[in-house]
Amino acid sequence: MTRVGVVLFPGSNCEQDALEAVRYLGGDAELLWHGDSTVQGVDAVIVPGGFAHGDYLRPGAIARFSPVMAAVADHAAAGGAVVGICNGFQVLTEAGLLPGALQKNRGLSFLCTTVAVRVESTDSVLTSEATTGAVLRIPINHFEGNYTCGPETLRELQGEERIVLRYVDNPNGSVDDIAGICNADRNVVGLMPHPERAVHAILGSTDGAPLLQSLLKTGGRLRATA
Amino acid sequence: MPGEPVHRSLGLTDGEARDIERILGRPPNHLELAMYAVMWSEHCSYKSSRGHLRRLPTTGEGVLVGPGENAGVMDVGDGIAAAIRIESHNHPSFVEPYQGAATGVGGILRDIFTMGARPIALMDPLRFGPLDDARSRWVAEGVVSGISGYGNSVGVPTVGGEVAFDPCYAGNPLVNVLCLGTLPHERLVLGQASGVGNLAVLLGSATGRDGIGGVSVLASAGFDEGDEDKRPSVQVGDPFEEKRLIEACLALLDAGLVVGIQDLGGAGLTCATSETASRGDVGMDVDVSAVVCREPGMEPFEVMTSESQERMLAIVTPDAIDEVLSLCERWEVRASVIGRVTEATSSRAGRLRILDGFEGAVLADVPAASLHDDAPLYDRPLARPAPRGRAPEGLVPGNQDLLDLLCDTSWIWQQYDHQLFLNTVVGPGGDAALLRLKHPTTGADTGRGLAVTTDGNHRWCAIDPRAGTALVVAEAVLNLACVGARPIAVVNCLNFGNPEHPEVMWQLSEAIDGLAEACRAFGLPVIGGNVSLYNETAGTDIHPTPVVGVLGLVDRLDARPPGPGLADGDHVLLAGASSDALPSELGGSAWAWRHGYEGGTLPALDTAAHTALAALVRGLVADGVVSGVHDVATGGLAVAVAEMAVGSKVGVTITAPGDDVFGEAPTRVVLSVPQGAVAEVQDRARERGVEVVDLGLAGGDRITIGGAIDLGLDEVVAAWRDRLPAALGAGVTQG
Repeated sequence: MTRVGVVLFPGSNCEQDALEAVRYLGGDAELLWHGDSTVQGVDAVIVPGGFAHGDYLRPGAIARFSPVMAAVADHAAAGGAVVGICNGFQVLTEAGLLPGALQKNRGLSFLCTTVAVRVESTDSVLTSEATTGAVLRIPINHFEGNYTCGPETLRELQGEERIVLRYVDNPNGSVDDIAGICNADRNVVGLMPHPERAVHAILGSTDGAPLLQSLLKTGGRLRATA
Repeated sequence: MPGEPVHRSLGLTDGEARDIERILGRPPNHLELAMYAVMWSEHCSYKSSRGHLRRLPTTGEGVLVGPGENAGVMDVGDGIAAAIRIESHNHPSFVEPYQGAATGVGGILRDIFTMGARPIALMDPLRFGPLDDARSRWVAEGVVSGISGYGNSVGVPTVGGEVAFDPCYAGNPLVNVLCLGTLPHERLVLGQASGVGNLAVLLGSATGRDGIGGVSVLASAGFDEGDEDKRPSVQVGDPFEEKRLIEACLALLDAGLVVGIQDLGGAGLTCATSETASRGDVGMDVDVSAVVCREPGMEPFEVMTSESQERMLAIVTPDAIDEVLSLCERWEVRASVIGRVTEATSSRAGRLRILDGFEGAVLADVPAASLHDDAPLYDRPLARPAPRGRAPEGLVPGNQDLLDLLCDTSWIWQQYDHQLFLNTVVGPGGDAALLRLKHPTTGADTGRGLAVTTDGNHRWCAIDPRAGTALVVAEAVLNLACVGARPIAVVNCLNFGNPEHPEVMWQLSEAIDGLAEACRAFGLPVIGGNVSLYNETAGTDIHPTPVVGVLGLVDRLDARPPGPGLADGDHVLLAGASSDALPSELGGSAWAWRHGYEGGTLPALDTAAHTALAALVRGLVADGVVSGVHDVATGGLAVAVAEMAVGSKVGVTITAPGDDVFGEAPTRVVLSVPQGAVAEVQDRARERGVEVVDLGLAGGDRITIGGAIDLGLDEVVAAWRDRLPAALGAGVTQG
């Protein structure tokens, strides 16, 4: 069974939801304390949503200095899967594991709603079980979800098909409708939508399930030798 | 004011000052006077309302903790208890909307986790001045931002609420906040100190000069010109501090490390230390020099009455203190020993002594219980106000009425995280919030649901506070039925004007009687409440606005309730009293008020018929018989049906029995029923003695209601959707 570690910073708040969703889908999930310098040998790491260290200064700006983040970077460098959801995406960009940055929404207000996102690439640890072109209804919940990057980075992301999810109807001003991207090795993924909020039918959508199942099926490894 | 006696500048009357001297047997010093002033304020002592509140029914099946504690607690089965409380933060939110609303959220959360419960949901009933008033728009935007900024960050979803606009709130908005938490029975703790020699540990933020006298200067007096200078009495919130405090406190409770815990809210340390001591029948020594302060030179009276946010007081045994401190350190929560539990000196607890160092000078020495139990109780004069306004007559309903009465509130609640914790089956915008009920420590899904709704109606209560309050409770009961829930308990937030006005006291007394009558009729205990008085500006009181929060249970939650929608081709049925709208029944309706008719009489409530309808609706929802359900409330049948139409983008053509389009007679629910299920609905209704009328069909691209309303669906959708965004700065929605 794939072991998933969910990082807990002071101020994280989606960590229990991530645990619940992974377990609901048949995975094994445990918390990773931000102050520990290890990921405890898990197969995959989720950096969950919330307000790590209060998001003071800038979302993710303080969290990147937590001891666990060096271990997360090592895990990624060794080919292990890392997924940053919402605040986790912000943390990964601040930590340099993903390019670009998340700025305030175009409408300058917090936005909690369910949006449609299109799967643009199935070549990543979070989308391998999804279908290219599939439209998924998944909640977003953020103030700073407006992805931005330099023109060269954008060309790279586009050229290497590293934009894995796009908004169908851009809610936040994100460049090129980007909802989620991956790194060059495709084992680190950041996305603003919350797939863990869309696995229980009674909550309105199960469209997040294929994404988290990708993480579980690949066992955290996209390829045998990443 | 120069020359004014000190006690008056602190908000105490001459009589109250004499009482304090009698209790102490000597004149109080300045620190003691300051402590009595905050504890005997209207906000803390309920001195004008306490006598009346005793008339509420407070016991019943499943009540674990009733009024008087930090929150009411109900048994909800499977070893789980639900803690619930509602509070107001009206005055601070007018002076400083963002921080006023934000700290209101912080305060109610502490009331819940103080009981050992993890907060799982917030709701925000809001009332502002009209949207065409710039100050009211500024207040509304600030309040919504404050709730969003604090609630989202602290990590508790805001799953519902309500919003109303009326000129009576232009100078005094109402910002109420309800919090619901869950706990395993064994984690239930009460805010009391026990065990002589035990330590009082102050957790959380350093103590600053913010909020000094908040309860007495701000919350217990009305507003006048130039009240900007009250701004320093508003506190500043830090949701990150609160988040760590929640996690640390729940971890302390899980580890069994505390014997009692109490939040610091109104009246700060004075309240927390005296309440824990008097509840535990003990005394307490407080070393004021051990309190970590934000700035040097703070006077003892400032430390003892500061309302700095994000602080808790834990009572711990000396042998647990090291473990407590290390657990707090893990969560980066400041913890310092500031008090010791001392022996009782009489049958009624002990002394609360404020010391400069545990072995140092005694700065204050008062009977702990006297700060609560001896607070004045006023039987203020009551006077029925003259009947207000004109009774509605000669009104003809039209299309514009419907367009103006519709308001999509999603501009507000899309700014709130309403989905966190994976519980929200029905969130904001539904008739009531519906949450999955999971075990608070194991996370196991019970397959059942918790439902909550908040309701208030200033129009009904202005005309008749007793009948109006009963109608508000009835509406809440029906709201819960629409998501399949049965009501189990009530909390209330009584927002009224100046209690020194006999008319306001009459309104308060009547509303309490109406609440009591309705709760008895529906078999509901009132397990907690909050009274907010002095909601006035320049001598003008707000309309009486009791707000109720009603907790409900869904015994089997295996499918999403249908919600307020229509399905193309469905029959549209009206279940319940199908009144012929007598002119008097338009009294208190939003429609009549919109045309300046603010008087008349309210429609009657038959609680037995209401109970039968609620049971019918619950069954239809639970068994998935109907495809849409919505109660008839503000704006009457027309608004109820139009809300269902715009929510599902399906048109509708119906008749209006008795030409009643906008009347707000209670005990009515609109159902969208597939052709094949109409007979079953009619059979079930007959069994329960509930009348059902087939009004017409859903479908098409128009909304046609009787002879009064005929509009294109698109036009109605636009009016509904754009009202708030157009007024509150985000512009008109595209697409």
